[in-house]
Amino acid sequence: MVPGMVALAAGLVLGLQLAWPWLRLAGAALGLAGLVWLVSQGAPALLVGAGDYARVSPGAGFWCLLVVLALLMADALSNLSPGPFTRAGLLAVVLALLALLLQSGVLSDLSIMQEYASRQDAFRDATLRHLGLAFGSLATAAAIGLPLGIVCHRRAGLRRALLPILSFMQTIPSLAMFGIMIPLLGWVGDAVPGAKAIGIAGIGFAPAFLALVLYSLLPVVANMIAGLQSTPPAAREAARGMGMTEWQRLIRVELPLGLPVILAGLRIVLVQNIGLAVIAGLIGGGGFGTFVFQGLNQTATDLILLGALPTVALALVSAIVMDILVELTRPIPEHTP
Amino acid sequence: MKRGTLLRVALGTVLLALVLRPAWFAWVFAPFAPEGGPIIYERASLLSLSLSHLGLVALASTAATLVAVTLAILVTRPAGAAFLPLSRTITNMGQTFPPVAVLALAVPSLGFGSGPTLVALFLYGLLPIFENAITGLSTLPPATMEAARGIGLSRRQRLVRVELPLALPVILTGIRLSVVIALGTATIGSTVAARTLGEVIIAGLLTNNTAYVLQGGLIVGLFAVLIYDAMVQVEAFLFRRLGGQPSETSE
Repeated sequence: MVPGMVALAAGLVLGLQLAWPWLRLAGAALGLAGLVWLVSQGAPALLVGAGDYARVSPGAGFWCLLVVLALLMADALSNLSPGPFTRAGLLAVVLALLALLLQSGVLSDLSIMQEYASRQDAFRDATLRHLGLAFGSLATAAAIGLPLGIVCHRRAGLRRALLPILSFMQTIPSLAMFGIMIPLLGWVGDAVPGAKAIGIAGIGFAPAFLALVLYSLLPVVANMIAGLQSTPPAAREAARGMGMTEWQRLIRVELPLGLPVILAGLRIVLVQNIGLAVIAGLIGGGGFGTFVFQGLNQTATDLILLGALPTVALALVSAIVMDILVELTRPIPEHTP
Repeated sequence: MKRGTLLRVALGTVLLALVLRPAWFAWVFAPFAPEGGPIIYERASLLSLSLSHLGLVALASTAATLVAVTLAILVTRPAGAAFLPLSRTITNMGQTFPPVAVLALAVPSLGFGSGPTLVALFLYGLLPIFENAITGLSTLPPATMEAARGIGLSRRQRLVRVELPLALPVILTGIRLSVVIALGTATIGSTVAARTLGEVIIAGLLTNNTAYVLQGGLIVGLFAVLIYDAMVQVEAFLFRRLGGQPSETSE
């Protein structure tokens, strides 16, 4: 117990000093290490002689400390404002440590890990399904939305007609959208020959996927238009002066200059879809939502966490990675204060 | 504009009829109901579910607006400037948390019912408003601020009479985003036993009754679209009164 307590206390003390952000970062890391150490030592100690059905899960204190330490780390990092490569490196280190921690089995006495151990296959399927829903719908939305954005950029009339429709579509609450998709796709599955064979049916993957694609169109199209319109007039004029055709201007000037904004649209979509894919669990679409809603039905906290924590982690990691990409594609690095 | 008003009135009427006289629509939903099963949701009155749904959203959004705008004012004052980078990071990272996950994580600590839903709606609703209020308050035209200082306004007067009115459109956009998210999250709140319109959809999903699903989905969807539209209109009105040019895309 003692080393963990000491590390935690030392981490908090280091984290609370004002002068050196690097030390604050180190303090937060030290505190987190202490916290993990305490949990890994505490769980087996509590389980001794407690019977086969005893479970140990971290209490409110653990989660509060985790949030406090994460905030300390976020504060230190936002003060340091590291460049994109440093951030990518830090992310890789954190993920590697996390993987090592989960692999090593020091936490295997916690009840959430026991839930995981008894559902390994289901968990792997859910992960693949969740990733498929989120990234598949992103790819589909990009394939439809990016060309649509280019057309809208050229034709103001179409832009004025399409954008309000897309933004209304995004307003519809996800559960309602999934609900409306069910009879629609059920009908398609029954009416169109061969549609059932490729998995189009009222319940399951198809309605969830279609709803996610519809939700994704607005950010993709709107950011594509905004990105193309962000080309400085001087650059556009120069390209025209050099005798570039409309296509050449699009590919060699407007798209590269608009790339950060376009990628920012894809970031919004990815993060949003990772979250929305949870609701697919309600209509039999699979993914981490299955665990969340099973857990809610059985009031099994560990099962809820088993679904919610990976979702949150996935969303955070994709947001950070996409932010790094956005920054790398910026032609002139932006200095944030 | 004329056609828009007509469409709004029509959609509003359909919504009212769906909520107040659901039996009128039995013929619409009948093909979707299972053989011999119930067509119209009757376990609770749709009106009371709607009121409870909208009440939850209104309560959470009002509280979130008050807290978020106060916090944004604090971090944009000189005394709170040290917290500005951190609050930017928190809003950025916080918004990557899926609303459903926030709801699911609220249950273990707060239990079932409307309480955790309200807390989740409030917490999640803070972020867009806070982010937009910070943006609005920290991107004011320097010339105007200089002029306000020049005519001898005190700090408090500058805040109330110059900064807040100028930042209002951006703050309102944040509130609109927050309300839209809250409406959607409240629907899912019925999985944790909050009394909302999501109940109708969930009941349909559990009993394989597509008529319920469609009925609930239509009501929630119409509410969301009409509320969103009303807020856009209010924003445009305020923006015109402040003498600004409405932007072409309202995002």
